Amino acid sequence: MYRAPVDEIAHAIKHVAGLSNAIDNGHAGELSEDLVDAILEEAGKFASDEIAPMLMVGDQHGSTLKDGSVTTPPGWKELYRNWIDGGWNALSGPEEFGGQNLPSTLAMAATEMWNAGSMAFGLCPMLTMGAIEAFEAHASDELKAIYFEKLVSGEWTGSMNLTEPQAGSDLAALKSRAEPQDDGSYRIFGQKIYITYGEHDMTDNIVHLVLARLPDAPAGTRGISLFAVPKFLVNEDGSLGERNDVFCSGLEHKLGVHASPTCTMIYGDGKFGDKPGAIGWLIGEENRGLNCMFTMMNNARLAVGVQGVAIAEAATQKAIAFANERKQGKSPSWDGEGMAPIVYHPDIQRNLLTMKALTQAARAICYSCAHAIDMSKTGSDEDRKFWSERASLLTPVAKAYSTDIGSDVASIGVQVHGGMGFIEETGAAIFMRDARIAQIYEGTNGIQAIDLVQRKLPMSDGQCVAAYFDELDSILEQLRTSNEPAFGNSTAILSDGLKALKSATDWLTEKSKAGETQHVLAAATPYQTLFGLVSGGIYLAKSALASSGAKDRAALCRFFAENHVNGAVALQNRVEQGADSFESAAASLVD
Amino acid sequence: MKVLVPVKRVVDYNVKIRVKSDDSGVELANVKMSMNPFDEISVEQAIRMKEAGQVEEIVVVSVGPQQSQETLRTALAMGADRAILVKHDDVVEPLAVAKILKGVVEEENPGLVILGKQAIDDDSNQTGQMLAALLGWSQGTFASEIEISGDTAKVKREVDGGLQNIEIKMPAIITTDLRLNEPRYASLPNIMKAKKKPLDEKSVGDYGVDTAPRLTVVKTEEPEGRKAGVIVGSVEELVSKLKNEAGVL
Ligand SMILES: Cc1cc2nc3c(=O)[nH]c(=O)nc-3n(C[C@H](O)[C@H](O)[C@H](O)COP(=O)(O)OP(=O)(O)OC[C@H]3O[C@@H](n4cnc5c(N)ncnc54)[C@H](O)[C@@H]3O)c2cc1C
Repeated sequence: MYRAPVDEIAHAIKHVAGLSNAIDNGHAGELSEDLVDAILEEAGKFASDEIAPMLMVGDQHGSTLKDGSVTTPPGWKELYRNWIDGGWNALSGPEEFGGQNLPSTLAMAATEMWNAGSMAFGLCPMLTMGAIEAFEAHASDELKAIYFEKLVSGEWTGSMNLTEPQAGSDLAALKSRAEPQDDGSYRIFGQKIYITYGEHDMTDNIVHLVLARLPDAPAGTRGISLFAVPKFLVNEDGSLGERNDVFCSGLEHKLGVHASPTCTMIYGDGKFGDKPGAIGWLIGEENRGLNCMFTMMNNARLAVGVQGVAIAEAATQKAIAFANERKQGKSPSWDGEGMAPIVYHPDIQRNLLTMKALTQAARAICYSCAHAIDMSKTGSDEDRKFWSERASLLTPVAKAYSTDIGSDVASIGVQVHGGMGFIEETGAAIFMRDARIAQIYEGTNGIQAIDLVQRKLPMSDGQCVAAYFDELDSILEQLRTSNEPAFGNSTAILSDGLKALKSATDWLTEKSKAGETQHVLAAATPYQTLFGLVSGGIYLAKSALASSGAKDRAALCRFFAENHVNGAVALQNRVEQGADSFESAAASLVD
Repeated sequence: MKVLVPVKRVVDYNVKIRVKSDDSGVELANVKMSMNPFDEISVEQAIRMKEAGQVEEIVVVSVGPQQSQETLRTALAMGADRAILVKHDDVVEPLAVAKILKGVVEEENPGLVILGKQAIDDDSNQTGQMLAALLGWSQGTFASEIEISGDTAKVKREVDGGLQNIEIKMPAIITTDLRLNEPRYASLPNIMKAKKKPLDEKSVGDYGVDTAPRLTVVKTEEPEGRKAGVIVGSVEELVSKLKNEAGVL
């Protein structure tokens, strides 16, 4: 079963992402490396010993709905209770509301562990985390006084209500309405779908964050406002009052994350209360709801990327363990008695090394993005802007690349298990099923790619991405001068990879400036993959360079360079030549 | 009452142990280390006694290298109040540890010392007993239940073939067995607080103990792998094999 790779995660956040530097330079408050280790260690214990054993139970039972109430799988409620009693939900919240105010790198490291234990469990706190951030940045003091402390502790959970049947990727089409009341509150009406943990039995209240339109709001995304709508209204003394007019009318039957209830939420149907309309309060300004959402978007998208890493890690551990036990056939490198453990077969080794390398590459990208978020909160205005743009640049890559490899790695894991991989009882297939949703929600990976090429590359007139490439270059320079034979051909291949990435970036920038949007959009996804592949490969080199003596990291970097990053040139070609081929072929697709 | 809980940093129980290539011992380079599981049970016991109002202060002590600090911090994060690290980089055998602990006891004057029954690295199962002898205190080893009232302690001991109930006089040495309790996880706020709890560093010299090993390790080797089994044709054959081949009947 999954055991949190505490040392590997610690190495990644400290030496690849840069937390150690931040600590040394006084950017991390009172945090010390010892404390980081102690926190990761204990989080790892909880994830390995408490959450992971519940994975299959959660999958088999799933959450169920009866009369508007959702029952989570057996043991889920106690698990959640123990988890918040451990203070884990409060890891990143502000101190004045009971949080520990720890950096995003640590929060993401912990997020990885919870989700590797069970992604269906990890989802709940992830949504609460989103609500906490929206509250912190935009909620009024009155709202904070009532809800914030309980959200920070996890005593109450948060849910995110964006999607409607006609409004998924395109939130401009959103129809839910909010009617202002005389007392300053609003009444919310509408239907939301696919709402994760929109209803459950783990806490006695849920704070729904809902996007809706005011009566006179402009059309499109500039007419959307954000509201806090509690499941139960809260009395002046903090006790729970009337049930609000919102309920769960249905649960989806899904491919994966069965324990996580995916709810259809009905607002303002008149089911509860004296008159129809769910009572809510504005968060931030009227018609600025999407902007409020954007402040938490980086974190939420990054957290989903981390789910990809989490699943990849869990799937890799399982596959490696299996490959050491299962015996079949002979192998030139096996001189023991009888059949060889399959881990001795070169084809299995390729699969397992691919799993390991992809996991670590994606992890490095995610934690580097988390580090950028942390750094954007300290230092001069100029520094803040630099790091905040860096975080914005890396967010779509972290989200899409990591969840893509999460699925790929889980699928390879099934392959390593052979027939047993296809059998549910083995516990390899669940990773493949659970991983799939992360490529879809929180902005599909296709939407991430468009965000990367259209919004992120042009930041600061291309200076942001250029500075990032400079940083990758300086890692390559270190690699060049390291003269470590264990790196094999890494230097040449990674350098060619970075050249391909730069050239594809220039090409995209030119096309954007020339207004050839069709080309830019067609190239977006292969470009995003190229970006992830090359930066991931270079981060593996950085990780190896930062661990003196240990050659296995250099060996893994070499494997990844010589077996994967050499595909960068092909991706560059796809970026630069893809659109023309679409144009002639796509006509056949449209009815 | 003050309780003293000695804790040891050992190879983590999840790690697959490997013998060094020169057979001189167990591979410790780049191996995950953590608190001896029996010591976690001791710390938990002390915390429960404190929560029950029987104990005012819990002092944890470790004899070992600088990194044993992490183990002590773990105990502090679980709920111990104060820590002492007696720094020593080389092997310390149970007798030397017991002598050092005797020095600590004389300095701290605890009413009770709770130790793990053994450490999972060398499995000696000696330190607690030796400490009791050195101090001239009573001992209750392999405890699966402890009840303190006034100046006596009732200890339920896990012995071969069952449970033994004894009553001993305080101050006492108690060593813990697996079923005594289930140690808690340190909560995040307590991990943060542990950072600020006092941790004193001492050296072996402070206690005037000679730690020179009295044993020489000749060779360390992996246990022999399990041999393939045989299917017996009848109960008679089984009995005869057990008698004549295995020699266990
Ligand atoms: C299990 C689960 C949990 C969820 N949890 C939540 C939640 O808690 N809260 C919430 O609000 N929502 C949630 N969602 C909804 C999720 O965020 C949406 O499904 C997602 O944003 C995609 O929207 P859609 O399903 O309408 O797909 P569509 O937007 O219809 O997309 C269909 C396809 O078209 C592509 N596409 C769409 N527009 C473009 C474009 N402009 N350019 C190129 N390609 C495009 C997409 O990439 C996708 O491949 C959840 C969904 C699921 C399945």
